[in-house]
Parts: sequence; C-alpha cells; structure tokens
Amino acid sequence: MIRKLLAATLALGVSTSAAIAAEVKIGFVTTLTTPAAVIGRDMVDAAKLAVKHMNGKMAGLDVKLIVEDDGFRPDVGRQKTVKLVKQDKVDFLTGYIWSHVLLASRKPALDAGKFLISANAGPSPLAGKLCHENFFSASWQNDQVPMAMGEVLNQLGVKTLYIIAPNYAAGKNIVAGVTRTFKGKVLGKDFTRWGKDAQLDFSAELAKAKASGAEALFAFYPGKAGGAFIKQYAQAGLEKAMKLFTVFTVDAISLPKFQKAGLKVVLGSRSTHFWSPDLDNPANRKFVADFRKEYGRYPSFYAAQAYDAINLIRAGVEGAKGDLKNADAIRAAMKKADFGSVRGRFTYGNNHFPIQNFYLREVVEDPEDNWTSRIVKTVYRNHQDPYAKECPLK
Amino acid sequence: MSRILRTLAPWLEGLLLVLLAAAPLLTAWTSQPFWLDLATRLTILAIAAAALNLVLGIGGLVSFGHAAFLGIGAYAVGIPAWHALYGGAEWIASANGFFHFALAAGAGALFALFTGPLALRTRGVHFIMITMAFGQMVFYLLQSLETYGGDDGLTIDTRSEFPLANLDDPAQLHWLAFATLLAVLLLIWRMREAPFGLALAGARTGERRMRALGYDVTRIRLAAYVLSGALTAIAGAWLANHAAFVSPSMTDWTRSGELMFMVILGGAGRLLGPLTGAAAFVLLEEVLSSMTTYWHLPFGLLLILAALWQAGVFSKEGSST
Amino acid sequence: MDTALLVTQIVNGLQLGILLFLVASGLTLVFGILDFVNLAHGAYYMLGAFISATLARWTGSWPLSVLLALPLVALIGVFTERVVARPLYGRSHLAQVLATFGLILVIDAVAMLVWGVEGQAVELPAWLNGRVTLPGGAELPAYRLVIIGSGLAVAAGLYAWVHHTRFGMLVRAAAANRDMAEALGVDTARLYAAVFALGAALAGLAGMLVAPLTEASLAMGLEIIIIALVVIIIGGIGSLKGAFVAALLAGLVDTLGRAWLDDLFKLAMSPEAAETAAPAVSAMSVYLLMALILALRPQGLFPPRTRGHGQ
Repeated sequence: MIRKLLAATLALGVSTSAAIAAEVKIGFVTTLTTPAAVIGRDMVDAAKLAVKHMNGKMAGLDVKLIVEDDGFRPDVGRQKTVKLVKQDKVDFLTGYIWSHVLLASRKPALDAGKFLISANAGPSPLAGKLCHENFFSASWQNDQVPMAMGEVLNQLGVKTLYIIAPNYAAGKNIVAGVTRTFKGKVLGKDFTRWGKDAQLDFSAELAKAKASGAEALFAFYPGKAGGAFIKQYAQAGLEKAMKLFTVFTVDAISLPKFQKAGLKVVLGSRSTHFWSPDLDNPANRKFVADFRKEYGRYPSFYAAQAYDAINLIRAGVEGAKGDLKNADAIRAAMKKADFGSVRGRFTYGNNHFPIQNFYLREVVEDPEDNWTSRIVKTVYRNHQDPYAKECPLK
Repeated sequence: MSRILRTLAPWLEGLLLVLLAAAPLLTAWTSQPFWLDLATRLTILAIAAAALNLVLGIGGLVSFGHAAFLGIGAYAVGIPAWHALYGGAEWIASANGFFHFALAAGAGALFALFTGPLALRTRGVHFIMITMAFGQMVFYLLQSLETYGGDDGLTIDTRSEFPLANLDDPAQLHWLAFATLLAVLLLIWRMREAPFGLALAGARTGERRMRALGYDVTRIRLAAYVLSGALTAIAGAWLANHAAFVSPSMTDWTRSGELMFMVILGGAGRLLGPLTGAAAFVLLEEVLSSMTTYWHLPFGLLLILAALWQAGVFSKEGSST
Repeated sequence: MDTALLVTQIVNGLQLGILLFLVASGLTLVFGILDFVNLAHGAYYMLGAFISATLARWTGSWPLSVLLALPLVALIGVFTERVVARPLYGRSHLAQVLATFGLILVIDAVAMLVWGVEGQAVELPAWLNGRVTLPGGAELPAYRLVIIGSGLAVAAGLYAWVHHTRFGMLVRAAAANRDMAEALGVDTARLYAAVFALGAALAGLAGMLVAPLTEASLAMGLEIIIIALVVIIIGGIGSLKGAFVAALLAGLVDTLGRAWLDDLFKLAMSPEAAETAAPAVSAMSVYLLMALILALRPQGLFPPRTRGHGQ
C-alpha cells in the first residue's frame, strides 16, 4: 500500500502507462525554450505529422510520442533522456538538435539498450570511434554539407575565399569540411564568440573580409545569428564585392523573416544540402504539401529529418512485426533504410550514417510569392562521410 | 509564519538527509529509478552549494564564479580518463579514481590560489563581478580546447575506478557522493567552531576589529576561498562521474548563479541550508518543467517571492539574512 | 596598415561602445543612486526591441515606433520598480540578485507567451539603409553612424540633465546621501521611480537601435547584462562618466581584438595555434580588461567621491 502510494507520488506529473504493452513509445528530446525553440517546434510539428500519416500506428501498435525540452543545455538534455529511459520506459529516442546534447545523452540511452536516432546533430565522434550498433542518423554528418559546398566553389572557379563562422565545435567542423574540398586559397578565417552571449554584430569581421579582397564569402550561422549575419552583409554593401555562400544559415525558418524584412539579398543565395522542399519524390511531395496545409509554412530541413526519423522507427517496428523485444530484427530493418525517405532512396554506411546525395540549392520566390529553396543541381551522388572508416562496425 | 518554518527546518532537513541516504533503496522498492538519478544530482549540487556557502555564507564573500570550479573538477576527471581510453599524454592518462579526485581538488585549489589574491583586493559587488569574470575566462578557455571536444564537450565512457566500488552502479555512485556530502558538511560544521571559522565569520561582521586584533584577514579569506574551490572541484568530479560527460556549459555564469541561489534559498550561512536550497531548486525545476514549457514563469515568481520573504518584506520582525 | 580599414574598425568599436553605454548608463544610475543590483536590466533591452518591432509593423515606420516604444518601456520600468525593486531597497544585494534573476525568468516567459519563440526582424527605412563614404575612403553603413550619433546625443543630454537641472541636482543629492535628501523633504519614492524609468528607457532604446542590425529575440537580455555589468564596474559604480568611458573602451577592445588579434598572434606562434588562441582570447578580452583594471584600481576608473557603495 505504502509502496504503491509512494510510487504514485514519485510518478506524479509524468506518464504512468508502463502496464500497457501494446504501444511504441518514442522519446523526442528537442529544444522548446530559448530562441532555438523555433527549430524544436518545426521538428515536433513534423514528427506529429509523421505519426498522423501512419494513423497513429506502427505494425498495429499505438504510437506514443513523448516530447521533452533540453533547454539548449547538455546536462538538461541528458537528464531528460534518463527520465525517458527510466521513467517513461520508451523504446526509441530521437530528436536531438545539438551535438553536445546528443553526446551527453548517448551513454544513458545506449547503455539501457534503447535505439538512439539523431534527427539533426551529426558530430564526427559518433560517425567514427564512438559509433554504435543501436545509433542511427536520420540527417547527415557535420562535414558532408560543407564538403559539398567546397566542391561547388571549385566548379564555379572561385579562387579566393574568406570564411566566417562561430567559434564552437560544429563551427570548426564545418570550416574543416569546406577547406577539405576547396582547392583555391583561403584568404582569412574568423571564428566569432558563441554561446550565451554570442556575438551578433559582425561589423569587424565583414570589414576584414571586404579588405581581404576575396572573391567569395563562406558563412555558417545557424538560428538567429544567421539573420543578423545576412542583414549586416547586405547593409555593408558586400553583395557586389563578394558573393555569399552558406550552409545551415538560410532555411525555411529564417526565410519568412527575411521576406517580411524585405531582405532581397538572400534571393539567389546558394547553399548545399541533402534535401530541399522541391525534391521530386512521392514521399516528399506528400510531406511538403501536408506540412504546408497543416501549419501554413514550408517545412525546414530540420522538419524533414524529424519526419524521416519517425518513419525510420516505423520501418524498424514493422520489420520486427511489432515485437519490440526483438532488437536484432528492428536494427536489421532500420539498416535497410527502406522507408520512403523524403530525400529519396539512400543507404546506410557501416556507421549508420546515410550515404546520400547532396544538392546545391538557391533561394527563389515560389508562384505564391513565398521565398523558398530550389535545387540547382546535384553536387555529390551517394556520398559517405569521411569518418566511416574509423568506425569498427561492419 | 517564519517562526514556524524556523522550528520546522531542522526536522525537514533531517528528513531530507534520511531520504537521500535511503534513496537507492526507496527508488528500487518503488521501481522509480529516475528519481535516484535526480537524488544523486541533487546530492552533488548540494556539495557544491555547501562549498560555496563556506565563502558566501560564513565568509560573506559572494563568489559569482563558482561554476568554474565545477568545470575544473569535471575536466580533471574527463581529461585523464580520455587519455587512458584513447592514448597520448601518458603523464596524465589514468583511470584511477583517487588520482582523478586528487587532481580535481588540487586543480581547484590552485585556480583559487591564483585568482583569489586578485579577487580579494576588491569588496562587495566588485568581488562578485571579478569572480564572475574569472569564471567566464575558464568557460572560454574550455570552449577553445579542441582536443577535448571544445564546445561539444568530452564523452567519456568510463567512470573513475576505485577498489571495491563500481561507480557504474547508480546506487554505489549515489552512496559515495552522499558520503562526500556528509564529510563536507561535517568539515564545515567542525570548522565553524574552530578558530579559523570563527575568524572567517568575524571578518565578515567586523573586518576592522579583526584587523585591529592582529588577524591577517586577507589570508584567512584566501584560505577559505582555496578550500571552497577545492571542495567545489570535488563536486565537479562527481558531476563528471554522474553524467559520464563533461562540457564547458558546466561553467556558464548562469550555473554560478544557480549555485548562489541554492545557498540563498536555503539561508546563507546555515549549515544545512545549501542542502535545502539544492533540493528546492532541483525538485522545482524538475516538477515545473515537466508540467509546462512556460515553467520559467512560476519558477521566476517563486524566486522573487523567496527573495522578498527572505529579506523580511512580508514580516514585521525583519530579516535574518 | 590600411587607414580605411582602421577607421572602419574604430567606428565599429565606437558603435558597439555606444550601445553598451545606453544599457550601462541606466544600470549605473540605479546601482549608484538606489544601491540596487538589477540583473533584470537586460530585460528592458529585450522589451525595447520587441515592442518597437511590433509597433514598426503596425505603424509602418521604424522611427515612429521608437518614439512610441520609449514611454512604454519606461512604464514597464516603473511597474517593476514598484513591485520588485522598492521592497528590496536597503536590503542585502543577495536578495536583490535573487529577486531580479527571478524577474528575468518571468519577463522572458511572458515575452515568449506574447511574441512566440521566433525573433522579430525590423526593417529600416530606405534612407537609413544606405552607405556613407568617410574621408580616407572608408565606406560604412549609414545606420551605424546613426547609432553613434543618437547615442552621443543621449549621452550629452544625460550630462546636461544631471548637471544643469533641478531634477538632476536632486538625483545627485540623493546619490550622495539618501537619508539627508529625504530629511530635506525630497520625495525620494518618486525620484527613485523616475530614475528607474529613465534607466529602463535608455536600455530599451539600445534594444530598439540594435534590433535592425540583428533582430528582437528572447535571450538578448541575458546576452547584454553581463557585459553591461562589466562596463559599470570598470567605470566605477554610479559614475555616468565612468560608464561612458568604460563602454567605449570595452567596445573598442572587443572590436579591435576581433579585428587584429589573430594577425598579432601569428607574429608569435604558428598560424594554426593563432587561429585557436585568437578567438578564445578576444572572447575573454573584456573580462581580462576588467580583471586588469580592478587589480590596479579596485573601485574602478571613476569611483564616485561620495560614500562608498557596495560595502
């Protein structure tokens, strides 16, 4: 009696449905507070749409999506993961925007034998030394997108480049990626302050870039810093002097804001990516159309990844015919990557990161006057990340 | 109202200690293992808050940079463990727990010894700000350590190794952290009655008198600051073992602020205050954030009310802080 | 060295410094006169940005939105003074820090409820969006010069107000000796509310000015408050002159550090090492500056000559 009462008290405020076995429980850890919450909202919306598209069922089992907020902090993200594992007893963990949150949450999830699916973060350790049989990526590895951009710059005959990026691990990864493939000369690199008091005024760096005389400018600024960067690039009058190339900076989250502010400079700006809303395959057409119908805006690439992550889980559950105890069957089914991805058919490498195409996209106005991205051409076909060979998995 | 609370407090705090001591058994019995994770985090933060209370509550030195010590302690575990796993830097590579904790305490004390004399030249708000500045410097330094993951932090799959104990077992980890908390509380309790503690408290209330009596106030304060730094670094080492992960975000200034609030919430200078403060903070955060995304609203209101109440705004008898 | 680049970077540094001054001036007045630590001061900066962004969309004019938003932010300042700050005057700094941190959380959550999680972009009128060429060949966005100009005008106005009006005299009197001023019949309650409103409006103005450069976003108050505190500590708590000098100093050190530290480091170390060290040191530069100044002058550059605060 006391025991039951105590258990009930401790479980207050959290779901208590451990008794019902006929469901697939998916823990979704993302950011719902701080300015980064716009990303989290896009992902949660897409995940819900994915569940709706499968009528709330995977292999006949009810799907239960439990969303938790990491507050953009690795320690909080880890704690939420522990809670999802130990209290809610989820079967799958997904979401995870940030590398540091994913790295902090990895051990509690994998040690408990859960499947961990990143719907965004792709830090190099997880693709290499720290790869794991129960970890899958539904996105890309950090280096790949900028590597494609370096290739694009070569094809365009760009000889000199200036680079501006935030001073943190992903920023360094991305700069390393672009310089790995770019064959011209890098005239200068600036890494700006990042974190709680991130630098949002780039006047000094833009002045340096301009003075360097480089032909092109490469930038990586996710979230709100991207808006600030592009605005100041325009205000400084650099669009004539040096063309701007970005990755993860101009996306469906920032474009409506740019459009509202009349920032015409982003029209025609180019970036590389693994996906685009105009990618022509049945799954993507349905996803983009229904997302726009449901939420009144274009989905971002974050949304596409979250949608794929849920569908990847469905493929796993169906492969095991609903037997959630059969981890081997789930893993084997997920590894086939045959779930109708919105990016089209792809395969998984030995490290469970996708081997997929990368495209060059540009910002255009759609027939209804919304700003969105369109594919210009394919840069890489079936590209694998450079860390896969460090991964001991076969 | 406040009188009732003051009589009740020792009982509540005693109960809290018993609950923490029994947490592994209670959570196993009720099959709520997540609450053990929370209890362990609470215990570790209470160690850090108790260490901060030593300088803040007893010494009257409001340090706003104590999260730096947490980070230093955590990396003192993370870096040797990382090298033990992946090779390189043989002189520091080790999985030995005694080495980790000794290194943490040593590095924490050393950092306090270097920054303390500079910080102690200032008073009041200036002291708050200069300690915050040192904290920020540690944050940016850790963030630029690319070898150790930079901003992404260090993923260590192993915990500190001790003979006879296994920190991978959550119950053992909890009990060892709890034993550390008891040891720290005991140390502070003994110290408060010892000449050193009395001199430290005396310097808070009557600095001039202490100087006139021939005490070297700055040295006493520096000693307290170094001790507090070492103890907070030990808490950091526990935090690294608990999460099996370290990152620069542990040293963020808001984390320093949270430690400060735990001390203030529990009543600065009270022996078991930091424990109460840490418990209130961690539990409120957990319960409120699981109810609503907008949990900062009630949480902030509670902080304001706590501050007003502690300052004696709601009672005629005045404040005791 | 290229003079045009040098001029550009100095102007950039001044512009950052001016924005810091607008936030720090209110903070130092409240701190110096009321002996009150207001961590929530950055929230007015954020509210200024959001309110002017919303008003700019409604009215279609950014300059008009600034004029309308200023009294609104001042009003919020008065409200928070009445509810949170006034009961804590004369209490311990710790209680003030705790309460105002709570206030940050409350205001941030309310802003999230009102404006949602996405930031608000602000569009400048075309005549502010152009560029100006300075003598020497430096080409600068006109808007950055507008920020510097309006900031300097506010600084001059503040100076004249504090030194040449009756109200300013009362403020100085209350700052020097609160009890005496009260004994002489000054209505300190109203005076304090007015100082709070002024500080909030100044911080709000900084937010309104910065929004067209970046955008109005939820965390911007937390981003600025620590640097603003550093500025008033460097300048000497309670000193407007100190806040002005320290803000420009911090702005210049930060900007010039970002501009040339890597070149400087390359003289002494390998390019790779410089690439890692320069951003880390330039991020710390303002904190290093404060530690250095406090080590030499524990009360800051211009400590008020009257009573010592923060003891």
